[in-house]
Amino acid sequence: MKVLMFGWEFPPHISGGLGTACYGITRGMASIPDLDVLFVVPKAFGDEDKSKVEDIIGANNISVKNKKLRMSHLSKTLEYIEVDSKLVPYVDPEDYYRLRSLNVGEDFRFLQTDGEGKFSFTGKYGSTLLQEIHNYAIVANIIAQEHTFDVIHAHDWLTYPAGIAAKEATGKPLVIHVHATDFDRSGGSVNPVVFDIEKRGMEAADKIITVSNLTRSIVIEKYGIPAEKVVTVYNAVDPLKQEMTNYAPKGINEKIVTFLGRITMQKGPEYFIEAAHKVLQKMDNVRFVMAGSGDMMEKMIRRAASLKIMDRFHFTGFLRGQDVYSMLHMSDLYVMPSVSEPFGISPLEAMQSNVPVLISYQSGVAEILTYAIKTDYWDVDAMADAMYAVLNYPALGEVFAKYGKEEVDSLQWENSARKMKSVYDSVVYK
Amino acid sequence: MKNICLYFQLHQPVKLRRYRFFDIGNDHYYYDDYANESNINKLAHTCYLPTNRILLDLIKRYKGKFSVAFSISGTLLDQLKIYAPEVIDSFKALADTKQVEFLAETSAHSLISLRYPDEFKRQIAEQVKTIEETFGQVPTVFRNTELIYSDWIGENVAQMGFKGMLAEGAKQVLGWKSPNYLYCNSIEPRLKVLLRNYHMSDDIALRFGNQSWASWPLTADKFKGWLDGISDEEEVVNLFMNYETFGVNQSKESGIFEFLKALPEAVLNDKQYAFTTPSKAISKLQPISAIQEPTPTCWVDEERDVTAWLGNEMQNEAFDKLYTLTEYIQKCNDAAILKDWQYLQASDHFYYMGTKFFANGSNRAYNNPYQTPYEAFINFMNILADFAQRVKNSVACDESAEVAKLKETVKKQQAELEKLEKQLVKAGVEPKKPAAKKTTKATAEKKPATKKTTATKKK
Repeated sequence: MKVLMFGWEFPPHISGGLGTACYGITRGMASIPDLDVLFVVPKAFGDEDKSKVEDIIGANNISVKNKKLRMSHLSKTLEYIEVDSKLVPYVDPEDYYRLRSLNVGEDFRFLQTDGEGKFSFTGKYGSTLLQEIHNYAIVANIIAQEHTFDVIHAHDWLTYPAGIAAKEATGKPLVIHVHATDFDRSGGSVNPVVFDIEKRGMEAADKIITVSNLTRSIVIEKYGIPAEKVVTVYNAVDPLKQEMTNYAPKGINEKIVTFLGRITMQKGPEYFIEAAHKVLQKMDNVRFVMAGSGDMMEKMIRRAASLKIMDRFHFTGFLRGQDVYSMLHMSDLYVMPSVSEPFGISPLEAMQSNVPVLISYQSGVAEILTYAIKTDYWDVDAMADAMYAVLNYPALGEVFAKYGKEEVDSLQWENSARKMKSVYDSVVYK
Repeated sequence: MKNICLYFQLHQPVKLRRYRFFDIGNDHYYYDDYANESNINKLAHTCYLPTNRILLDLIKRYKGKFSVAFSISGTLLDQLKIYAPEVIDSFKALADTKQVEFLAETSAHSLISLRYPDEFKRQIAEQVKTIEETFGQVPTVFRNTELIYSDWIGENVAQMGFKGMLAEGAKQVLGWKSPNYLYCNSIEPRLKVLLRNYHMSDDIALRFGNQSWASWPLTADKFKGWLDGISDEEEVVNLFMNYETFGVNQSKESGIFEFLKALPEAVLNDKQYAFTTPSKAISKLQPISAIQEPTPTCWVDEERDVTAWLGNEMQNEAFDKLYTLTEYIQKCNDAAILKDWQYLQASDHFYYMGTKFFANGSNRAYNNPYQTPYEAFINFMNILADFAQRVKNSVACDESAEVAKLKETVKKQQAELEKLEKQLVKAGVEPKKPAAKKTTKATAEKKPATKKTTATKKK
């Protein structure tokens, strides 16, 4: 069976959850013998060698580059197609407009941080995000006609139109993978344009994969999709690589509680600060760290300053690569107070580093974890209580760290991929 | 007779390096040596050395008729010693002419005057010592960081024996009154106050090279014409500005150096004018009235208040958290820690955290090393976290050593007491009732405690 997958670039190019998940899924699928993946990603071509780029669509002037990727520890190669497109995950039409309006000349190159990392952009932008999505769908249509495959798999709303176009071109079944909905990203006030694209994708799909039951119920309730069409397949986590264990030394002889993620409304940073403030009333040999950047960062700095806890509360800015693992390694507790988190891979990474985690019930990952402390994101008292307990009763943290590690090691992408394979089977052989 | 009082401020902070969370506890070096060295070298060659040369020529040419005053922060002097010692030599040459007065300030160019009088006085004493050692003068007039002044600060300065202090001739304080007289502090009238004529000072410092300014180009004769416009009864025109006016804020090409060279001639040709320095003005003139400033003023921003440094929650937090260390610092003897303490207090670090006027402070200070005020705040707080740890560890070490010493004294005294009591018994005097004995013991034990407090106070 061959899958035409519209995914996203792999880490380290884009370090968001979406890229990580796509990487994990393709890796998991590589372990299934009779499953091949034709992987299509949007990628803005920059200073690369243009001669290798086949220009296939003159009218839209969009170039496409074919590659073969060797999966690191498997004998299989992955067919990999890069499409010249400025789509990046997590953008909404306003962000896109901002990115575009920043670009003054064709050769002008700049770096734009969206909170997850830096993306480099070059060249001209499509006039709007919708235009860009549309162009991508046209490319998808042509790619679909030129290749043979059995099923189409599209990741998140920016690629749904591409998935639909491929389905229209070939009549092959479409599976869409919901990593997040606009309800999660916006906290309820959805963008109607985004909602429309999401809903059309869900309606056109033969099956929908959601990353948690939390997301599944949003798809069913908010988008009016029949329940039998929606299947939950949980994400997993890659085993810790050896080179990631070269940690920076911990220079502080104090406990550290860490928040690591985009500092945006969706992640609930303000609840972390309020809980930290409460804990600091009771004990002082602890420091709190908010690692990451995002649109709420400045507001959070001001809030922490006005609570007068900035001598014990640190902002690190965006961390990448090795720094993430160094940060986790020196942490005594990891906190993810997300307001609405479809899944949330980052607590799993903390657990791999033997760090106990505190997560909100409003995160999808809470559905599969037993050895994690769970509170409501808004329940600052309960959160502070749990923080205090883990920091002061070491036995508690040790239990969570030890069994949490075992639990997270059992979550493997191979298992997730097998479940996706059965979803494919259900649409291909129906 | 109108007096022209020229005074120049010199200060550069020691710039902080990018200090990350991971550095806390691991790396105790906070400074960006490259940025500091290049900054000082640039200033030395564009401003300090050429302007000093001009001033020296002028002083020699006008033989006793031309004089100026400087204040150089201890933090800048430290940097000059390392990166551009020739600048210090050229200031020494100026000092040798006896026509140049050096004013006192806080060594750290800090905002300490707003909060802690004891530490304020300690920093002034430190700076006075440095000035005396470097230039052979004991300052008698005080100038606070960025001309911050209030009645209360003036009172503290007067208690240290200073005769005068500089302040901003702020509109909200003066009202209809003129800055061109000598005033005095309203609590301690012995302290004379010289008020900056901000209009005429800023004509040089801010507007000189501005080609869209109606009075551009400004010449020495034109400036003299404006001085003539001031009524004859007014006694002193205080032109206070940053020394970087010459060559940096106003570039060499703007003609600022030619203006400076021509000014004394234009002014001194008219017999009704004389150049003076703050201490000479104070001894020559009589104060016309007391000036009332219950809230602090300074020479920065349109508001002339301290909100440039302490105007948002980040600045207040950084300020409060820095100065909670004061009590530890007073017990600390570690020279490296005390130097860091000095450099971290520079008002500039707080200025960079300002969010006034624009949410984004990047276009604020000249030479601002930070992209945003938030970045400035985070960097400072990370450094402060490491610094606080070092201070506390060092004091804890000192304290345990001190406790051991005190225990030793207690032991000795007890032994002596016992010996004396035995002598008493031998001499046939009944030892007093056991109750009385207890009290003597108790006082003996208490004694070291009182000793300890006096010992710490002395430091």
